[in-house]
Amino acid sequence: MSQVIDDDPRIIEFDVRTDEMLVNMGPQHPSTHGVLRLVLRTDGEVVSEIEPHIGYLHRCAEKIGENISARQFIPYTDRMDYLAAMNMNLGWSLAVEKLMRHQVTEKARHLRVLISELSRIASHLVGMGAYGLDLGTFSPFLYAFREREKILDLFEEACGARLTYSYITVGGLTADLPPGWLARCEDFLNQFEPVIREYHTLLTTNAIFVKRTASIGVLSPELAINYGCSGPVLRGSGVDQDMRRDGESIYTAMYDGYAFEVAVMKDGHYPRDHVYPAVPHDAVLGDCWHRFFVRMLEVVQSMDLVRQAIDRYSACKGPLGEPVKVAEKIPVGDVYLETECPKGQMGFYLVGNGTAIPWRVRARSSSFSNLSVLAELCHGCLIADVPAIVGSLDIVMGEIDR
Amino acid sequence: MRGPAFLESLEAAVPGGVVGTNLEAIDPWVEVAPQAIAEVSRWLHDAPETAFDSLQCITAVDWFEPDPKKAAKAGWEPHVELVYHLWSTRARVSLVLKTKLPRWKDGQPGQCPEIPSVVGVWRTADWHEREVFDLSGVQFVGHPDLRRILCPEDWEGYPLRKDYEMPLEYHGIRGR
Repeated sequence: MSQVIDDDPRIIEFDVRTDEMLVNMGPQHPSTHGVLRLVLRTDGEVVSEIEPHIGYLHRCAEKIGENISARQFIPYTDRMDYLAAMNMNLGWSLAVEKLMRHQVTEKARHLRVLISELSRIASHLVGMGAYGLDLGTFSPFLYAFREREKILDLFEEACGARLTYSYITVGGLTADLPPGWLARCEDFLNQFEPVIREYHTLLTTNAIFVKRTASIGVLSPELAINYGCSGPVLRGSGVDQDMRRDGESIYTAMYDGYAFEVAVMKDGHYPRDHVYPAVPHDAVLGDCWHRFFVRMLEVVQSMDLVRQAIDRYSACKGPLGEPVKVAEKIPVGDVYLETECPKGQMGFYLVGNGTAIPWRVRARSSSFSNLSVLAELCHGCLIADVPAIVGSLDIVMGEIDR
Repeated sequence: MRGPAFLESLEAAVPGGVVGTNLEAIDPWVEVAPQAIAEVSRWLHDAPETAFDSLQCITAVDWFEPDPKKAAKAGWEPHVELVYHLWSTRARVSLVLKTKLPRWKDGQPGQCPEIPSVVGVWRTADWHEREVFDLSGVQFVGHPDLRRILCPEDWEGYPLRKDYEMPLEYHGIRGR
């Protein structure tokens, strides 16, 4: 009898049948970049559906904004994208200034460029290091944080804080740079420039890294635009858009006279103003590798912008200008402004009703839109690729949940 | 593109869709009839001369003043305003659409006002509409999966309404 069962092919097939399984990933999973919870519907090793659950870090920032003055809201913007708090401060300040029709001094303008581009480098360094961690290599993280530490030291000297700066504020900046700061900043850039080559050896051209990221999570430009993706995620798909060049005049005026080329692949190659490693053969436009590579190019680009800003800032004579009063009244009206933050386009919408306290505050975060495309990217990928795809989007939960 | 010519072709394509404009504002806006929002969005997305292929943000603004003395001087009737910020990646211009809804459906507090969903036009609207529903209490008709996104599923009320009151307690946690 048993001989008959063993020989029946149907029974063997029944034994190896796989069931669909729901796998919960997070919110405490280290490779989900904070408190992101993903529910994966898997068939063996293949992910058939993915459902992100967000909101674990919701701190009611928009409601708080309706109860305090515009300048008092600055520290809350720090806590949105806490890895690039300077850029968040800048986005909110510019939105309020747009409604107030306030113009900052030339010196403040160049200092803002200097600070926000340094902040972009720091943010991309975390993005790069943490991406290495996601893919199982520890050392790039340490190298990245070694350099980021120096940027944080510079920020600490300038404003006293290392993470939540509130340095750029409505109407200017809270303080001017201390003496000798520019020289120390230049020292850092000179020391940092050759280090980038190390990063390329460690990650960009590393065979295992390329294997894990090339042709994984390919995002088409049409889909990226339809999902409202922005920043390196959008440019990694080959869409030539950067708010520093294409945005509204109040923002692009900040970069007036600065020379930079948007880091995007055009006609099959990236801007050739810097030496960079060749694109691997397996990589296709819009995959994880390209998103990562755009960030690496932007580090070089930002370094260049910082150098230009140092020259222009030191040429400016006269005072930095005072920020607006804490209880300065906001005119009646509404404005929306998007700025190019390291993670993408951060938008602030503000409705004023003639008092010091805004009627409505709205923060549109880039990571929110960038994460919403995840379900589309992970459809049919392997479970092992999920951290690679999530990491390549470079999200920050503080910005998504607000 | 923001001139009257563009508005005329929009009105011809969606009769009765545009109910007002303010082209002098810092961000000029077009007011759209709520029931026409999906049609107007589809036209703006598809028409080659506009091609607003990207939706940046959906915001709900609650125009309500709980203090009756201030409300008498406010100069507007209580309503909920939805603001859509569009962007064209090709022409690199933005457009603001506004639409007015009653605060509650049929004047019954707790009943969310309804508006057609634009998920079919821009996929990013999926999460944005969920957030507006969650925090401001607007029902998007035709949304595939309208449920809370930031607050817990069993949360009560819509926190960004001006008359919202924090619950006294939530699962044994003191609210206020």
